[in-house]
Amino acid sequence: MLDTTAFDLRRYIQGNTHSLGVWITLVALILFGLLRYENFGGAYNISSFLNYNAMFIVIAVGMCFVIMTGGIDLSVGSVAAFTSVVAAYLSPYGLQVALPGAVAAGIAIGGLNAFFVVVMRIPPFIATLATMLGAKGGALVISGAQTISIDWGSNFTKLGMEKAFGVLPWTIVITAIVCVGLWVLLEKTSLGRTVLAIGGGEDASVMMGLNVTRAKVLVYVISGGCAGMAGLFLASGFGAGQPLEGVGWELSAIASVVVGGTLLTGGMGSISATVAGALLLGLVFNILNFENGRGVISLSAYWQMVIRGAFLFVVIVFQSRVARSAKKGTI
Amino acid sequence: MTMDNNVVQNTPKSTGPKFDWSLVARNGGAIALLVILLFNVLVTPNFLHPQTLFVNISQVATIAIVAVGMTLVIATGGIDLSVGAIMALSGALAPLIFTSPFAEANPELGLALSIIVPIVVALACGVFNGALVSLLNVQPIVATLIFFISGRGIALVLTNGNLQTFTNPAFSYLGTGKILGFPFQGYLVLIIAVCVWWVMAYTVFGRQLLAVGGNERAAELSGVPVKRVKIGAYVICAGLSGLAGLIVVAINSASDAARIGNLMELDAIAAAVVGGTLLQGGKAPIFGAILGAVIIQLVKYTLLANGVADEVALIAKAGIIVLAVYVQQARKE
Repeated sequence: MLDTTAFDLRRYIQGNTHSLGVWITLVALILFGLLRYENFGGAYNISSFLNYNAMFIVIAVGMCFVIMTGGIDLSVGSVAAFTSVVAAYLSPYGLQVALPGAVAAGIAIGGLNAFFVVVMRIPPFIATLATMLGAKGGALVISGAQTISIDWGSNFTKLGMEKAFGVLPWTIVITAIVCVGLWVLLEKTSLGRTVLAIGGGEDASVMMGLNVTRAKVLVYVISGGCAGMAGLFLASGFGAGQPLEGVGWELSAIASVVVGGTLLTGGMGSISATVAGALLLGLVFNILNFENGRGVISLSAYWQMVIRGAFLFVVIVFQSRVARSAKKGTI
Repeated sequence: MTMDNNVVQNTPKSTGPKFDWSLVARNGGAIALLVILLFNVLVTPNFLHPQTLFVNISQVATIAIVAVGMTLVIATGGIDLSVGAIMALSGALAPLIFTSPFAEANPELGLALSIIVPIVVALACGVFNGALVSLLNVQPIVATLIFFISGRGIALVLTNGNLQTFTNPAFSYLGTGKILGFPFQGYLVLIIAVCVWWVMAYTVFGRQLLAVGGNERAAELSGVPVKRVKIGAYVICAGLSGLAGLIVVAINSASDAARIGNLMELDAIAAAVVGGTLLQGGKAPIFGAILGAVIIQLVKYTLLANGVADEVALIAKAGIIVLAVYVQQARKE
């Protein structure tokens, strides 16, 4: 009996070595924070931390889908900037219009990505690079390169300010719904399995009769839609559409996915580990802020970039070692 | 990315008589350049003025230099996202060195150090990138992402985020000097391009680099030191980026770590691709990359000179990239 459980645990770890690192580090950092700072576990910190990171989490899970097929979506940051402007313009009509509007705008650009990649057969890296530039240009054109203030009179402001059921901001609730929905799509539907199969071997998937085209279109549309949602959060969080925001977000999202143990070659991946990866990257900032607050050290925002990079480096080295020893069967 | 898949798909299937297409495709860059030039001569005011030429040469130089390095990295089947950040790093270092008390006391030595040290630092970044890619088998996008994020951070930490302005005519020669009336960096681009072209065409390293990009496994089996060659490509790319960073600073007589080389990785990749570099690797058209850089610069200039807003220029750039790759794809099929 005991032997079986031990065996199962070992097998579980062997099957999940790629995402083991992120969970260990996340728990370690949270423990560190809880022990070191008294307000770290407070409702305010948790709520504002999640609220701020909601947009990064949503983008990262969308990116995860694209990466699982072996593709990449560099356009997400610009798409978020674009849809934040769209959301700001639609805000007078209320959330019921702005939310679908922003997501639809994101989906439209995701569809364009899918067209480039699937129909024109342009490598994803280049195709999404082009839409990245295009969406950025589009955001600047429709906004006249100005931030577009949202309408404070409509119910749009509820999104970032009012708490769902009096507990958590709506952004967090929506993020959770998106994550769970995408998790179900990936783990419980044949479409999700097809996504993974494509990353494992596209030609083989085609030969097995899987609907590769549909799945590939879907992942870019999902990623676009997620970026659209992030743009909505951006507009509500800052009270304005931000055409100049979103620079480097695609790379943060890729970093989150990679930190979560997904390989850029595709064929594997986990929504939960990606969320953990995004939380981890955000947490590094959060802890640095606390450390600054204690006055022991004084690290500027610039240091945070350096530390973020160094952190990514450590995780990558750790991952490559874990992957290697897992291959040898030493874990 | 799905390198392996693509390599399989892109082996030439048949050389059917699609001659017209391939002729256009093969000379797509040159045709595009001619079209842009013709358009400018007809439409843009004062286009044939020598001043226009000088402005464009001095601006295209940095893109071209980085694009040459990027071409080598892409030829190995990799990509380098860190070029802009490395430019910022070297561009931030140089003024720090030649405005230091030591350099003020020894101007010649200070000037030499302010050029050598940033480039050495850039080369070191390249070693780091290359080591991650070849020794730890990290995917190039991820490996170079580290410096993309932290390199600019280091530059900002070094300068405290301040704009450094300076007057140092000797150093500024890098960006504003003229020989026979043409900008100094134009000559620099030509020298670099010829040297790298020579290395690629006539040295063992060059052939090995192409072999690695063509088929890494086959190259390894036939005794090519794959790891060393890959590190070499990243080191050269980083070194050239470092040089480009110095030129940007010299042009402006000011160094703003937040802005130097911003989005340069996109311009460089675009230039390489427009110049005919295959993203799957195995091909390194050095002069193609220069041509690509010139096209990108001219498109920017054309739109700007005709009063088209910057943001629309972005969309145009996006269109060019898609078109260039699409034509490339069509040629292969």
